[in-house]
Amino acid sequence: MKRFLLPLVIFLVMVGFLFIGLNLDPREVPSPLVGKPAPMFSLPRLDDPKQVFSPKDMLGKVWLFNVWASWCGACRDEHPILVELSKSGLVPVYGMDYKDTREEAQQWLQQGGNPYVATVMDVDGRVGIDYGVYGVPETYVIDKTGVIAYKQIGPVTYEALREKILPLVKKLQTQ
Amino acid sequence: MIPEIGHFSLILALLVALALGIFPIIGAARGNAVWMGLARPLARTQFLLIAVAFVCLAYAFATMDYSVTYVATNSNSKLPIQFRIAAVWGGHEGSLLLWAMILSVWTVAVSLFSKHLPDDMRARILGVMGLISVGFLLFMLMVSNPFERLIPAALDGRDLNPLLQDPGMIFHPPMLYMGYVGFSVAFAFAIAALLGGQLDAAWARWSRPWTTMAWVFLTLGIMAGSNWAYYELGWGGWWFWDAVENASFMPWLVGTALIHSLAVTEKRGSFKAWTVLLAICAFSLSLLGTFLVRSGVLTSVHAFATDPRRGLFILVFLVVVIGGSLALFAWRAPTVGRGGKFDVVSRESFLLANNVLLAVAAFSVLLGTLYPLFLDALGLGKISVGPPYFDTVFAPLMTPALFLMGIGPIARWKKSSLPEIAMRLRWAFGVSVATAMILPVLLGHWTPMIGLGLFLAFWIFASSAHLVYQRLRGSDQPIITRVKAIPRAWWGMVIAHLGIAVFTLGVTIVKGFESEIAVRMLPGEVAHLAGYDFTFKGVEEIQGPNYTASRGQLLVTKNGVERTILSSEKRLYTVQNMPMTEAGISPALIHDLYASLGEPLEDGAWSVRIYYKPMVEWIWAGCAMMALGGLLALSDRRYRMRKRLAKEGALKANEALA
Repeated sequence: MKRFLLPLVIFLVMVGFLFIGLNLDPREVPSPLVGKPAPMFSLPRLDDPKQVFSPKDMLGKVWLFNVWASWCGACRDEHPILVELSKSGLVPVYGMDYKDTREEAQQWLQQGGNPYVATVMDVDGRVGIDYGVYGVPETYVIDKTGVIAYKQIGPVTYEALREKILPLVKKLQTQ
Repeated sequence: MIPEIGHFSLILALLVALALGIFPIIGAARGNAVWMGLARPLARTQFLLIAVAFVCLAYAFATMDYSVTYVATNSNSKLPIQFRIAAVWGGHEGSLLLWAMILSVWTVAVSLFSKHLPDDMRARILGVMGLISVGFLLFMLMVSNPFERLIPAALDGRDLNPLLQDPGMIFHPPMLYMGYVGFSVAFAFAIAALLGGQLDAAWARWSRPWTTMAWVFLTLGIMAGSNWAYYELGWGGWWFWDAVENASFMPWLVGTALIHSLAVTEKRGSFKAWTVLLAICAFSLSLLGTFLVRSGVLTSVHAFATDPRRGLFILVFLVVVIGGSLALFAWRAPTVGRGGKFDVVSRESFLLANNVLLAVAAFSVLLGTLYPLFLDALGLGKISVGPPYFDTVFAPLMTPALFLMGIGPIARWKKSSLPEIAMRLRWAFGVSVATAMILPVLLGHWTPMIGLGLFLAFWIFASSAHLVYQRLRGSDQPIITRVKAIPRAWWGMVIAHLGIAVFTLGVTIVKGFESEIAVRMLPGEVAHLAGYDFTFKGVEEIQGPNYTASRGQLLVTKNGVERTILSSEKRLYTVQNMPMTEAGISPALIHDLYASLGEPLEDGAWSVRIYYKPMVEWIWAGCAMMALGGLLALSDRRYRMRKRLAKEGALKANEALA
């Protein structure tokens, strides 16, 4: 009798998790980093590994830091939006290519267009850990003092851009 | 007015479904023939009512009635008519209606083709299907009404998601749902058998053709979906381990196990409890898939709008249906006999091993799909499990499963001998090992994965060839007579297994030998890939019905001889302002050439991506062969015979009465 109960027990445990899962929004992660200084790093650039980029270079400017990868499906959704945003010149976008190969990342940018002022390579995901990257894509809004003001989990949508990111960027730029 | 008729019709359908779920089951328990007799007319009435609702919604789409919220959100006046109709299942509410519609189709089918079943069995089966239908109709009417009005009406609709504006959209969802929902029949048979305590070979014989039919649809549905992703997403992939793909793949794996397990239960009387559990699991996974897709607990390309009430409703429904049936299983299964005994080395054992491997594979897919959710619920953070997990887990599970596929059909029931099997398959083994070692070298390069894939594919080819040879030899009759003498079900098995081999071969070759380039091209420039020259003919602007597009063309030549023209489009769907890539594909048996147009660069140049995909079409050809094998098994004489016998039986009964 007992072994025949096993499927039911497994199922009920799963239901418990699903129930908790219902009350969670997979796109919304409270990031402990919001309001804190963006972790420092110095990483080689995608286009030229001899040059490095560091958030320090951006002090005094409001900028977007977008974590992406060529293997990431959702990045394909947001990519045209980022390209459009970069063309508008409202805010500079910097990218971090997460756990990816140089070749594939460059092909991706060639194909989809390059919205980034510069992209750095985080090949082993070290910097990603500092930033608490859970899934790609993620986008951070970083203010003039180098503090993370907002974190977008999942692709940047027109809606998020219009309602959250751009108003925030404008406010931060006037500070 | 028409939408209200549809709405009203759904309400009536709910009442009929309730009656169908209550009276026949109670009637069967009490031996009340009149209540049991209600099952068939109620099943048919339910079908008619849901069909009316479905037609009403399709009519609202066809006539562009934007005073219906669902139509306004999923259609547009510029949307071509075939997509306006397919848009009926393009969103959440409509796909539920499609689900309910297909469930009622299966219910009617059971009511039509169940004359040979005992009355109480039929009443229980239709009753269980009625109860499932109650859940879906209630869900629609309470939180997902497709007929909800929008006042004031929208001037125009927000358009169907451009990703879905493709011929694939017309076939893929109905096929897939036919498969998903089709497992409800096997499920209902299992529950009816548990309720009535008639878990015997007859039960297995009755539910086999239904299970096979659902499995055929599911196979075709997944195939259509994979093929659609291949040409629509524009980056040459054919399977992404997306949560929603997994949701269709899990029932397929368990359904495949179920088909084999049913064969053992019918022929040998063994595995009864296991077969029932698989039947429950196959449909439970279909329901779970629905929950995952509709509730928004997982993010996915396929997911529709999130509404917490919907998620909660489906979860409660899951608990009632799956929890209830597993509880019934725990209560009734211990009383089921063990069935025929068998040796460690026997066809039963091999089938059981394959069954377990398939079930474990399904479970690991489930784990990978739900793992991010589990961690999140435990507060351990958010992660995504991607193809690396699934690829790592899947290969070690499928390797022994495919290897056993070569042995199972050769082994004898009850007791077989390993040395004898080894003797008989030694040539097949030698041929497949040799092919795995030599062929990749001839094609360019050898890696362990390519070697393994080819070995498994040729192992199945060779062992099937041996099986056929053995079955056909030793008779003086002409070959055609001998082929015809063997039951079609057996040929169905051989063809489905060969389909797996063809599929494996396609996957191995395309993964091992595909190549691609991404280049910047000016009109007139030439790119080279895999021995072909691709001349960029430039880009022209074209105007589609609801999009504008840049169409780039590539002239493909080999050694100066013109082969084909690839034309890829970069479309911008104007209503949602959404860009889409239409890949240019030249499909062929040996290889596909695949081009997709990237972004415009400076000076009239374009970025262009070209893929060389050897034998990629074999992947879908393999799926088609599996489905064909299933259909062949369904056309087996014994099913037709039974129908004839049933007819004769009915005639005799009539004569006796007269």
